[in-house]
Amino acid sequence: MDFNDTPEEAKFRKEAFEWLKANAPLKEGPKDGWRAASEEDGLKEVKVWQKKLHEAGWACMHWPKAFGGRESTPIERVIWGQEVSKFKVPGGYLEIGQGMAGPVMMMYATEEQKERYLPPLATGEEIWCQLFSEPAAGSDVAGIKTKAELDGDTWTINGQKVWTSGAHFSDYGILVTRSDPSAPKHKGLTFFFVDMKSPGIEVKPIKQISGGANFNEVYFTDVKIPDSQRLGAIGDGWKVSLTTLMNERLAVGDASGPDFEEAFSLARGQDLNGKLAIENDAVREKLADWYCQQSGLKYAKYRNISALSRGETPGPQSSITKIVSGNKLQEVANFGLDILDSAGIIRTDEAGAEQSMYQYGFYGAAGIRIAGGTDEILKNIISEQVLGMPQDMRADKGIPFNEIPSGNK
Amino acid sequence: MNFEFSADQMQLKDIARKFLEKEESVKRARTVLEGEESFDKDLWSQVTEMGFTATAIPEEYGGLGLGYLELCVIAEELGRSLAPTPFSSSVYLATEAILQGNDDTVKEAFLPGLAAGDKIGAFAHSESNTSPTETNISCSYKDGNLSGTKIAVVDGDIADFYVVSAKNGSSVGLYLVEGSASGIEVNQQPTLDPSRSHASVSFDNTPCSELKSDWSDVLNLLDRAAVLFAFEQLGGAEACMDMAKEYAMGRYAFGRSIASFQAIKHKLADMYIAVELARSNCYYGAWALSTDAPELPTAAATCRVSASQAYHECSKENIQTHGGMGFTWEFDCHLYYRRCRQLAANIGSQSIWKDKLISSLERANQI
Repeated sequence: MDFNDTPEEAKFRKEAFEWLKANAPLKEGPKDGWRAASEEDGLKEVKVWQKKLHEAGWACMHWPKAFGGRESTPIERVIWGQEVSKFKVPGGYLEIGQGMAGPVMMMYATEEQKERYLPPLATGEEIWCQLFSEPAAGSDVAGIKTKAELDGDTWTINGQKVWTSGAHFSDYGILVTRSDPSAPKHKGLTFFFVDMKSPGIEVKPIKQISGGANFNEVYFTDVKIPDSQRLGAIGDGWKVSLTTLMNERLAVGDASGPDFEEAFSLARGQDLNGKLAIENDAVREKLADWYCQQSGLKYAKYRNISALSRGETPGPQSSITKIVSGNKLQEVANFGLDILDSAGIIRTDEAGAEQSMYQYGFYGAAGIRIAGGTDEILKNIISEQVLGMPQDMRADKGIPFNEIPSGNK
Repeated sequence: MNFEFSADQMQLKDIARKFLEKEESVKRARTVLEGEESFDKDLWSQVTEMGFTATAIPEEYGGLGLGYLELCVIAEELGRSLAPTPFSSSVYLATEAILQGNDDTVKEAFLPGLAAGDKIGAFAHSESNTSPTETNISCSYKDGNLSGTKIAVVDGDIADFYVVSAKNGSSVGLYLVEGSASGIEVNQQPTLDPSRSHASVSFDNTPCSELKSDWSDVLNLLDRAAVLFAFEQLGGAEACMDMAKEYAMGRYAFGRSIASFQAIKHKLADMYIAVELARSNCYYGAWALSTDAPELPTAAATCRVSASQAYHECSKENIQTHGGMGFTWEFDCHLYYRRCRQLAANIGSQSIWKDKLISSLERANQI
């Protein structure tokens, strides 16, 4: 048992580090990182960086070379991720396209479409979004209602999507629709990709509890999509969606925000009732719990990496990551604000202010516990797919979709 | 990265598991619980014949000279099967105390017997209902003799020798006492888990020899043992999760398998989360123990806390999942519930280990 690289891994790590060192600044501390002045600037910087990555062969590493990838092994991707995390480099904007749209296109698009759409995903020239959730279809995502009607070889789309990250700056989107409302819920869906500049698409930002707007509502009014942009057979949309949903639900990583280290360092410097907070037994007990959770996730990840390093499929232990880290973040954030006493409530955006980090965590954790699969859906997935327990009895099974009550009725 | 047990170690684990299943170790735990015997002598002799007690003892002292990773996988299986033997006292504590000592004559005198299972050792540490510390231990050593009383000594009534924490002037160290020495009084103590025997042991000017002279040696012994205890706890926790799942799958209420209710599924998912966190932390502990890493105090406390939490969660919710049947004497749920408490109490409470964890992180941060 050790934490060492194999000789091949060490060689790859060195190559990755050296390229990064020649092209990006090292972080000055663990919490140092890239931050753009605005979303617009961020997008520009990400595109420039992605182009650089692509030219040097570090883009979409596991993709075929023909589409701009490197045909890397899973362990090489992990090592790249570890090395990249040491540097201040732009990130974000591209994950949905590269991580979710790309694989679906690779599996279901025609050869011509793959040649047209995959390389610009790898180079960062084109941004994609995912149009799945609807107001009445969140956890029950197969309950979507956005209508798709075929006339000749053109589809007409009407309806509304919600929680669409990046819709306002995306070039294309992957879209799941209901093409047959009289079929049972999972049977009447059809999957497309759509040009986000198509007439009839309207994008409206959603103001979140933090005041920010990272997501959108997307309205479709008589939007035309050629049948050639259908992915998978008519009525097979659920099967196509699953290829991306499973990735999203199980792979959403660690919640970012204050963690054990921050809470520990806060407690060591903060007065609590005339003593340092770290001397308070209730504080020590909480810190110990968070340390154990953080450490458990860290070493679960190491077990995964070890399996990848051996060329094996990792066990299902990573399915606990989001649920544990999201809840931990919410508790750590609450602790950080609580320990600042009344001052914890005073809103501040001042960079580096102690409150600020915990306040972002306070808002953010509430969202993380929902995004990409709620705690409850994740527990269903763990019990059904990891432990092999049966599905809940379903009230909507075999019933035509248009006879199933949904949403708020 | 190679943060996994090797194929050989996993094979050893499988052998241990199958052997303990075949010998109906859980059933034997019930027999000890209900009977007069302090432990299952037949299972113990088979466990020693398998060489499990000799695992981490060097070959020069009659051991197998394997390592702690091998001992960890065996511990997990002993925990899973509730093995009613003095393994934890004799191997994780007494053997370790002697192995960590510097006296070669003591090693030569005791280790071959411990390896073969002919000798059983026990660790006598607690004295009252407060956690033993460097300042509150009253058992004392003077001029080669030991005096004082220890309570809740696991396997204290069957031990051939004791490793005892005692003060010598202002320092607290570890002392070795032969069970046949003069001035020893042993009284069995009834406990919440009668599948493991406990006793109070009093020493009155009892001849002894010094093993280790410093409180840090006591803490080091506890840290090393904590990793092995954590693996037993992990095995027990996982057994409870598996039992709960199996029962839920086969139990029907309201016209359906109760395993299809989200209330039960989410309970099982919570158990799985606790077990996986504990398992990953146990691997961290195993790594630190097997490599003598400076992180051992942190790793030991982390896996001890995490595994104690997982066993508590799984053993109580296993009873809950079984409903009324889980509360009966007939079902095995209570055997695990008891053992969970016994293992949690054995080398110090959850609060103490949480405090140790934060203290070790404070120390690490100062360097």
